[in-house]
Amino acid sequence: MKKIILKESEYIMKSATIVKAKQLTEFEKYFEIALDGDQSLDHMPGQFVMVSIPGVGDAPISVSSSPTKRRTFELVVRNTGKLTGALHKMGEGDTLGIRGPYGTGFPIKKLEGNDLLFVAGGLGIVPLRSLINFVIDNRRDFGNVHILLGCKTPKDMLFGDEVERWSERLDVEFNCTVDKSYPDWKGNVGLITSLIPGVNLDPDRTFAIVVGPPIMYKFVIKELLAKDIPDSHIYLSLERHMKCGVGKCGHCQIGEHYCCQDGPVFSYKKIKSNIEAL
Amino acid sequence: MENYVTLKKADFNEFIKRLAKIQKVVAPVKRGLKNFAFEEVTSGEDVALTYIPTILPPKKYFMPPKESLAEFNKKENKWETVLEYEELTIFGVHTCDLAGIQCLNMVFSDTPKDINYIVRKNKITIIGFECNNYCDEHASCAAVDSYLPKGGYDLFFTELKDVFIVHINTLDGSDIIKKVNLFDIVSEDYAKEFKTVRANKKEVFKDEVNVGYKGLKSLFDKSSGAKVWDDLDQRCVACGNCTNVCPSCYCFDVVDDINLDLNTGVRSRKWDSCQNEGFAKVAGEENFREERGQRQRHRYMRKFNYPVDKYNRYFCTGCGRCTRSCMAGISLKETINSLVEEIK
Repeated sequence: MKKIILKESEYIMKSATIVKAKQLTEFEKYFEIALDGDQSLDHMPGQFVMVSIPGVGDAPISVSSSPTKRRTFELVVRNTGKLTGALHKMGEGDTLGIRGPYGTGFPIKKLEGNDLLFVAGGLGIVPLRSLINFVIDNRRDFGNVHILLGCKTPKDMLFGDEVERWSERLDVEFNCTVDKSYPDWKGNVGLITSLIPGVNLDPDRTFAIVVGPPIMYKFVIKELLAKDIPDSHIYLSLERHMKCGVGKCGHCQIGEHYCCQDGPVFSYKKIKSNIEAL
Repeated sequence: MENYVTLKKADFNEFIKRLAKIQKVVAPVKRGLKNFAFEEVTSGEDVALTYIPTILPPKKYFMPPKESLAEFNKKENKWETVLEYEELTIFGVHTCDLAGIQCLNMVFSDTPKDINYIVRKNKITIIGFECNNYCDEHASCAAVDSYLPKGGYDLFFTELKDVFIVHINTLDGSDIIKKVNLFDIVSEDYAKEFKTVRANKKEVFKDEVNVGYKGLKSLFDKSSGAKVWDDLDQRCVACGNCTNVCPSCYCFDVVDDINLDLNTGVRSRKWDSCQNEGFAKVAGEENFREERGQRQRHRYMRKFNYPVDKYNRYFCTGCGRCTRSCMAGISLKETINSLVEEIK
């Protein structure tokens, strides 16, 4: 058996450094990351990277920042597996490996000029934030913007300051709900689906972008269809197990689709008849 | 006959000997009752010319069960992607396994290309060997139209009464013919005999399942709620034998092994199976294919349905290995026939 070093391989990783790290909640940690050598990630909102820690492994993580933010990018990671557990022990100045960006992100060109309804449940706000901030940074290119945000309790809300700035903008409609309230909570209480009927929208020029836990999708989609939003105007980002990120390892397959390449963002029209999707 | 030569059967041992002098040769070797494996050979006497599909397909040379992708040194922040390969001639590859290699070629050449696979494949010379009859009752090579050679080899041997007739398909193949120097031009009699062998095969290889070639894909289009999967759900033990022995299964896991210095180590990929319970499970415990029946359906869809749109071919090569190796006695032919029965 002979062995050679490859100059070209999908498994080459870019060395990167954590420039800022912050514990957001008990389980979620924020990382601002810079690729070494001043490279930019050049991702599209909705894409993901494979984050790699040699000796531990690698895992797909959604990019949370908008590409309008240059030089660094942001990830928010829930401590739930081997890689994310190791990542949670890391902080400013630590190095890790990045592959990607990978996948098909949100369809920016299709969204331009149209009204947008963002629906984020739980950790769904993490990938959706890349698009929300992109839209806010290019606000003139989009019509009405409505953000619906749901989480378990006020304590679980991520990006509190940023969310507050969104809610204060005059060119953004914002509603938030929690499943379980606290005494000083002034917002809505209930599931995120309860916010949809009250949204005033023009179904023909509205695109709904929905990101949340798997269980959330069918209930949210039902409400969106009840608002007459066509299924080609509903976009979802799906989560799957991945090992390679480049359409080979088979773990992320959803029927005939590879989540890592054909997704993670899919139109509802594309996957509604796929029994493995939702 | 252009690009065809013959080799006398008496010269076969000498052929393998000379071939093994050029580079390492692997061929089917008998390994106990009804078992064969591709292993290194140096003489024709080692080679089992009549064999049922080997325990593992030649896939093991193209995509080893475990291979290094990268080596790292944590302290030095060093990460080097690597490739392991071996110059190799595989002798005696049946048409089902040639089809399997073609499937893998398509997958790993698809964008983004898998450099590890492609370089390794280019170091391997393939010599095919024709089955003039069924290997056993589990084969279904006619159903997926893989019982005749359709490229994917450098040389291809067909056994006639006194000689092997050999198709030269590539320059590498032609090189071997020159170097080995044991081959003759094809006489008219042998050309005629060859045609008869091929014509006979069309009579022998047919009707393995109760659905035609084109109907297979649409059968699986309609298979989503079928009771067949409930039946497999009860029987399958999720051992993953069927995917390990499949010539066109290529799913893998990526694992890091760290050395005892806790600093250097290797990232490798190793065969994984969609039949394993955790295959589609994400962190946070959501499992997108929790039931064994769902996972079996997924396996069949990956052979008879999904690749047809993507690669315009079936990924089942009809070799029958999944049936032979199944601990629960799940038969591919029976599953297809039950589906036909249920869905017709």
